[in-house]
Amino acid sequence: MRDQLNGIPLSGGLWGMTAHAEGRVRLIQDILAQHAGTEGAALPVLHEIQAALGHVPPEAVPLVAAALNRSRAEIHGVVTFYHDFRNSPPGRHVVKLCQAEACQAMGSAAVADALSHRLGTALGQTSPDGQVTLEPVYCLGLCACAPAAMVDGDVFGRIDQDVIAEIGMAVGR
Amino acid sequence: MSTRLYIPCDAGALALGADRVARAVIREAEARSVQVEIIRTGSRGLYWLEPMVEVAMDAGRIAFGPVHPADVPALFDGGFLEGKGGALRLGRPEDIPFLARQTRFTFARCGVVDPASLSDYETQGGLAGLRAALRMTPEAIVSAVTESGLRGRGGAGFPTGIKWNTVLGAAGQRKFVVANADEGDSGTFADRMLMEGDPFLLIEGMAIAGIAVGATYGYLYVRSEYPHAITRMRGAIVTARRAGLLGPDILGSGRSFDMEVRVGAGAYVCGEETALLESIEGKRGQVRAKPPLPAIRGLFGCPTVINNLISLASVPFILAHGAAAYAAVGYGRSRGTMPVQLAGNIRHGGLFEAGFGMTLGELVEDIGGGTASGRPVKAVQVGGPLGAYFPSALFDTKFDYESFAARDGLIGHGGIVVFDDTADMLAQARFALEFCALESCGKCTPCRIGSTRGVEVMDRIRAGIAVEDNLRLADDLCETMQFGSLCALGGFTPYPVRSAMRHFPDDFRRTKPVHEAA
Repeated sequence: MRDQLNGIPLSGGLWGMTAHAEGRVRLIQDILAQHAGTEGAALPVLHEIQAALGHVPPEAVPLVAAALNRSRAEIHGVVTFYHDFRNSPPGRHVVKLCQAEACQAMGSAAVADALSHRLGTALGQTSPDGQVTLEPVYCLGLCACAPAAMVDGDVFGRIDQDVIAEIGMAVGR
Repeated sequence: MSTRLYIPCDAGALALGADRVARAVIREAEARSVQVEIIRTGSRGLYWLEPMVEVAMDAGRIAFGPVHPADVPALFDGGFLEGKGGALRLGRPEDIPFLARQTRFTFARCGVVDPASLSDYETQGGLAGLRAALRMTPEAIVSAVTESGLRGRGGAGFPTGIKWNTVLGAAGQRKFVVANADEGDSGTFADRMLMEGDPFLLIEGMAIAGIAVGATYGYLYVRSEYPHAITRMRGAIVTARRAGLLGPDILGSGRSFDMEVRVGAGAYVCGEETALLESIEGKRGQVRAKPPLPAIRGLFGCPTVINNLISLASVPFILAHGAAAYAAVGYGRSRGTMPVQLAGNIRHGGLFEAGFGMTLGELVEDIGGGTASGRPVKAVQVGGPLGAYFPSALFDTKFDYESFAARDGLIGHGGIVVFDDTADMLAQARFALEFCALESCGKCTPCRIGSTRGVEVMDRIRAGIAVEDNLRLADDLCETMQFGSLCALGGFTPYPVRSAMRHFPDDFRRTKPVHEAA
């Protein structure tokens, strides 16, 4: 993930500040302007906002609604319907561990326990220091290489103790 | 002289270290001052042999695998650049039994060609279907697809040609082609492999669909869990547009077709066609009531062909080689080939494209080699999270739409997930309901409420509370969900639940009965 966009730092904590909030609004408006001609633009716009900011902040909702001529309720409904969209920033690293059937058949429940222990956070949670988010995902299409995970976009298959250690190192644990 | 090597960049191969292998090869070649040219391909789909490295020789390719980065110096020492080597040498990939036994119509090029090269695609037979289609009338294209017997590869099995014919006959200012690549079923990865390994095939299939029904724009809806496929497809679309394969004048025919990728956002239900259309329109992925059919009023209210990615990718072969060539393989009313995906606890996991009609036992035991753990097979789930669990007693079931339906199952998108004897089928039944509750779009009551109540019933059975009564209740609830739900999510969740209860009754009666306090 980029740590800067147009010179604006994207790390979670700084975004609470007013000057940054202003930059954030500008950034959302830029994304909306780029999609002025897109039919059914809500998902592409929300994906881009999240790619830039790490989440879809609450103040994005009225901006998106106004630009797409939809109600705030509708856009709020879209943001909350889809599992991908977050309303608060995730940890610095995101580990998505597959918990679907093919991975279950290869012991994904035990991998979840071992990985939680190694990363210091439960499945579905972010570690208290904000270093890593560990979340379940239902299928990465790596079902012949189970159990599988995606770590900041990189894929890992046939997860065993060695791969757990590798994932731990990749996220600074 | 430079030796050409092929190393996959398919996500499955990457998950097993293909990038590290490629880097190790480059490092080793530099250290030895030998010239190598590395082409990154898709995967052939033999995942237990990934990362698989192939070396181009005059007489064809020689494969090595599974290659660990640490193996690379020894491979060089053993003369792998001359096709020689020790334990990791697999010989000609086409001779590996898992590949030799396949009938690769749709996946013929996957793992072979450079997926970034349109000229490579064309050299290996690509675009022949589109060129043939451009010489035909729309009616003739639709007839060819109908005659091929091709049915929806997403699972519903509806004849593709009939769907196209409806859209062809529908009046509309605009029409659309939508490819469903929201491949959310666990145990399936055919769409991903194809997009990563042979992206132009899908573009060709969508363009043919557009010409056939009079649509000039297409959307490829890909799930967000497939970032490698998304990047590959977006790149291929740009390449295709530059080469005139997409745009206002495709291949100089005067016909127009263009397309874009839309990315899902982690909602399983968007694999249902009407929910998918809602999602492209920027709404919550809620299922629409049918009628109207999407073929009449689909995307943005316009007539829309919405097909599974594999259905669309099967079309170029049909146009290039004729409907009869496609229909010549298969079984009963299931014509052509199906890319079966062997997954989970299986020794030889991967993609096996073959004509319909093999038995489940052949696929799991013979082709797949049984479990990876070496323990006995207990159950296989066929067709994703909404598919039934089959015990080995039903391994004589033929792999086709009707045979599975006759045994209260479905082939779905062709995924087979194998479980060994450590599996707890009550836990699997509970998961099916839990997953339905998590992914329900909320529009209809049987799915939205039934799934949650179902989880509670399973928990009572687990606790040993009035087990027989609760099993009857679970079955009754399944009946309501199966026949009362609006779409396949609520409607098919009973398949894994009921099949687990029917075929593995002991797993539901492990706990000593307790009498519930009145």
